[in-house]
Amino acid sequence: MILELKNITMQFGGITAIDDLNFGVKTGEIYGLIGPNGAGKTTLFNIVTGNYTQTKGTVVFNHEELSGVKPNEIVLRGIARTFQNIRLFKSMSVLENVLIGFHHQANYTYFESILRLPRHFSNEKKIKKEAMILLEKFGIADLADTNSSSLSYGNQRKVEIARALATNPRLLLLDEPAAGMNPSETEDLSNIIKKIKTEFGLTILLIEHDMKFVNQMCDKVLVLDYGEQIFEGKPSDAIVDEKVVAAYLGDFEHA
Amino acid sequence: MKIIKLLMLSVAILFLIFAQNNLDPYTVSILNNIAIFGILALSYNLINGVAGQFSLEPNGFVAIGAYVTALLILPASSKIDMFALEDPAPIILAMHTSFLPALLMSGIVAAVLAFILSIPVFRVRGDYLAIVTLGFGFIIRIFAMNQTKYTNGAMGLNDIPDNANLLWTGGIIIVTFIVMLNVIYSKYGRAMKAVRDDEDAATAMGINTFWIKTYAFMTSAFFEGVGGGLMASLLTTISPDQFTFLLTFQLLIIIVLGGLGSMSGTLIGAVLVMGGTEWLRFLDQNMDIFGYNTGAHPGLRMVVFSILLIIMMLFARRGIFGNKELTDMFKRGKK
Repeated sequence: MILELKNITMQFGGITAIDDLNFGVKTGEIYGLIGPNGAGKTTLFNIVTGNYTQTKGTVVFNHEELSGVKPNEIVLRGIARTFQNIRLFKSMSVLENVLIGFHHQANYTYFESILRLPRHFSNEKKIKKEAMILLEKFGIADLADTNSSSLSYGNQRKVEIARALATNPRLLLLDEPAAGMNPSETEDLSNIIKKIKTEFGLTILLIEHDMKFVNQMCDKVLVLDYGEQIFEGKPSDAIVDEKVVAAYLGDFEHA
Repeated sequence: MKIIKLLMLSVAILFLIFAQNNLDPYTVSILNNIAIFGILALSYNLINGVAGQFSLEPNGFVAIGAYVTALLILPASSKIDMFALEDPAPIILAMHTSFLPALLMSGIVAAVLAFILSIPVFRVRGDYLAIVTLGFGFIIRIFAMNQTKYTNGAMGLNDIPDNANLLWTGGIIIVTFIVMLNVIYSKYGRAMKAVRDDEDAATAMGINTFWIKTYAFMTSAFFEGVGGGLMASLLTTISPDQFTFLLTFQLLIIIVLGGLGSMSGTLIGAVLVMGGTEWLRFLDQNMDIFGYNTGAHPGLRMVVFSILLIIMMLFARRGIFGNKELTDMFKRGKK
């Protein structure tokens, strides 16, 4: 188990967004998190990445407890994420966006960059080269100098994932990666995700509404409804599960 | 590319030497003014434009820099003569250095204060940050007004040795410009821009946004302190009233006009704003328009200047340079 959530409860004032949730993600798995809007999926992501502090329970990543660790330090421990509504650095080029992910892999101090000492140049050269290799893997190397806000939606998503990969994660959290994409872009994306997963030895936890995508990608899914776990297992079993269907479409028998 | 940079640098230095020795004092004083406000605006643009932290404190750091330099280069005898309200504190009498260490000290004191200030200040974002930093500027001025033992209060300091000249101001603006560009084109500068664009996403990339903002704030404060020191030596007299919010406001005009986040834009903004207000001075005097004497209208130049500013901002919403540098434009031209 690379990631374990034990008895996670999250309350915002009087509202319980997540209620006593337990699950674990095995190393090398693609784990899907599905559920209707407002089920608490993104809240769960924010707990894992340290943006929210859970009311109760513990998150264990790689045998280490994550409570009290700041979001930027959690990234350094090996958890990277993308956002539901793509959040690129809009004034920067594609390459610069990815270079932000390499921030901690460039080893020079503030004064070394002010005085332009050799270490500044050698490190900048190194991370630029690595960033270009990463962009090539996503097939967007030719867009390196383009401003990130002028890209198509599909390419913006790729840059966001590339940027997250630049931090050298072991666990990648993808928040609705296929949202707003047409079928061919989705196809393209799922191929890339599969490719990078094997290449970087990643474990992936993803939120998605596109069930075809989930079916194709995920080894296992967890279905959430109003903060409660209603199903865990294979994606093909999820869509025929009574409780899951009821959560999405309403409960016909008791209606 | 390196050759072009060196060439530009040597042209700038030759110009400074030429201007200092050959131009009339009035022109030199305008150039000095442009250089000092240029230094202040460049450093202000790092925290405001590049790191995107809308802060309103530079008048505080400039005041600190001005007082530190003034007190360090004034000889003890003139301090005793000058402090009329209260005798100067022993430490004030004891401190004395030459000009360059005094300027460095100004910068270091400002930077250390910036570090202390950043701990409470960067807990808030946006409008709240502006208010908190605005308060800091007020505190410094009130301190200068009331701590007569250290600052001679509202009477200010006079007869400050006039060590500064165009070579100093011009030299330091060149250094400031190079340092700012070196910061911007490094991983730290990139991180500052990332914080400006989307702070949460920057955190999600593992960036410690507090430290990045603090780096920008301290660098900014250092050069504002140095600029303040130059200002003190150039004017030879300082008083708390010089460091009101109006000073910050003037710098804000320069960086918004030049382009938030653009250092070359800031230089042009400084020339336009500081040079422009001087150049329009003829509007305040008697004018003959087609034989009709309009009479003198003191203040007319500021009216015209403001209208020109409004027009400029209408046509270039994001400032003259946006957030690009001059070199970026050359690159685009090549493609």
